[in-house]
Amino acid sequence: MREIFVVVERSGDGLEESALELLTAARSLGEVTVSAVLTGAEVADLASEAARWFDDVYVFDDPALSQPDGDFQSRVLAPLIDRRKPFVTLVPHTNTGLELAPMLSVRAGLPLIADAMAIESCTAQDSSAGVACLRAVRAMHGGKVQARVAAIPAENGVMVSVRPGAYAPPDAVPGTGGAVHPETIPEGVAPRRQYVETVAPEPGAVDISHAEVLVAVGRGIEDEENLEALRSLADAMGAEVACTRPVVDRKWLEKTRQVGTSGVTVRPRVYLALGISGSFQHLGGVKGDPFIAAINTDPSAPIFGVADVGIVGDILDLIPLLEEKIRERRG
Amino acid sequence: MEIIVCIRRVPDLSEAEIEIGRDGVSLVDDDLDYDVNEWDNFAIEAAVQLKEQHGGRVTAMTVGDEESEDVLRRALAMGADEAVHLVDDAFDGSDALGTATILQRAIADRPYDLILTGAISGDEARGHVGPMLAALLDIPMVALATELSVEGGTVTVRHEVEGGLERVTRMVLPALVTAQTGLNEPRYVSIRGIRKVSGMEIPVLDAGDLGVDGSRVGVAGSAVTVEEIFLPPRGEGAEMLEGSEESVIEKFVERLQREGAF
Repeated sequence: MREIFVVVERSGDGLEESALELLTAARSLGEVTVSAVLTGAEVADLASEAARWFDDVYVFDDPALSQPDGDFQSRVLAPLIDRRKPFVTLVPHTNTGLELAPMLSVRAGLPLIADAMAIESCTAQDSSAGVACLRAVRAMHGGKVQARVAAIPAENGVMVSVRPGAYAPPDAVPGTGGAVHPETIPEGVAPRRQYVETVAPEPGAVDISHAEVLVAVGRGIEDEENLEALRSLADAMGAEVACTRPVVDRKWLEKTRQVGTSGVTVRPRVYLALGISGSFQHLGGVKGDPFIAAINTDPSAPIFGVADVGIVGDILDLIPLLEEKIRERRG
Repeated sequence: MEIIVCIRRVPDLSEAEIEIGRDGVSLVDDDLDYDVNEWDNFAIEAAVQLKEQHGGRVTAMTVGDEESEDVLRRALAMGADEAVHLVDDAFDGSDALGTATILQRAIADRPYDLILTGAISGDEARGHVGPMLAALLDIPMVALATELSVEGGTVTVRHEVEGGLERVTRMVLPALVTAQTGLNEPRYVSIRGIRKVSGMEIPVLDAGDLGVDGSRVGVAGSAVTVEEIFLPPRGEGAEMLEGSEESVIEKFVERLQREGAF
């Protein structure tokens, strides 16, 4: 049976949600055994937890691995891939995976498909001998175009980084537990990065993660001056102001108002998306299936694919009108 | 300090009407606007700022067709000291590893302390060229920098990790860092600025000059094949309100009120 590797990440003391999502992705590839690959310091409990779900768990438990370090991890894991030669190695397409996957693919000699939203095993199109391949669907150009790509595994297999949230975790723990295999860091491999500190948002900063109603703004706001009208609209609604990354990059709003995979995760009831194109990086932070109302000048903006109601138009014209209508209705 | 910044020319699709070409794997690019990749612009600015603080030299590099000279001129106008254009028909259609391989051949024999790239390119959106280049050169790297400083042969990087957190990491040079947007405020490039550097010589290196094996790059060397590109399936999608401005806003506000938005 083919072996599939899943590189699992930690979240506090537990497995990151992506670990189980990737387990589902791995099982979708047919008759396979799925092995978790875990790195960390004092992760024995975590390895046992992983063994409830995975057929095998390869664990590198070492103080040097206490912090994520894609460079170090890639040099630690490459010999394991060389030894086991899994058919496919799955890595979560997270900020940490963004370092690890490309470096590991180079060091282990694996073709790499990035940020897959769906994967399937396939037979190479131009091959009469029935050469196995791996096919994936991925997004390009800020989600406005998708591509179907394929790679033929090299001797050590093929690697895919999988978009968080693309697969659902399995419903139930499988009946039989897996085996934990302790691994050791290869001789002569040492970290080359020095961890200094982790920086959290300043205490006392605004917290939008529990807001019921969010008025979120993106590039369409065009100028810092236009934020005044937006704040006024949010006031009229009794809502909090949120935004996308480009607005924070320009320092027009605080980082703690940025919704997305590298910002805050929110679970509002209603999400008003103004001048937001709707990239995966942004929408990845919007959870709990809220009612989404969107306004954007671009009719092909991905936001309209997920919104409940939409208007094609310029928010700079429409924000004052919205506020006026809302104030009328509130009386 | 020797700084190399790797950049790329990409189409801007944010306002564009998208049309898939007849080959099914490329975009019809007649009407597309091209510019330097957004992330790369922050990398160039970071390189120039570090040079201004510490002295040294900034070299901008790109793998791309003749037109890509534009983004190198732009980097020179921002303050890069020199530019190198890596161009060859054999490079066309390179995947991330192909692009990283070409860059590695161009960089390996020169002196360098710090390599900067954008964290992602807006077109392919893989985020792989930088880390692959670091692995090929066997130097450490950090992705998604939001702050950057160099001191005493080390680079200290604040970079984004999961959960809205950031981490601070230090590396001994030589090292590679990929820039997240917002790393700095890229300076404005005027037409006059571009004109000032129009006379600067930009060396052009092809596969032969670099000793790159043509079968390892370009379409031939790509381990990942694009079978088809297409517009994303819309699913249900939003109910799009149409009509006069007055009436669509009225309906929009009514829906918001019904959902308890105010």
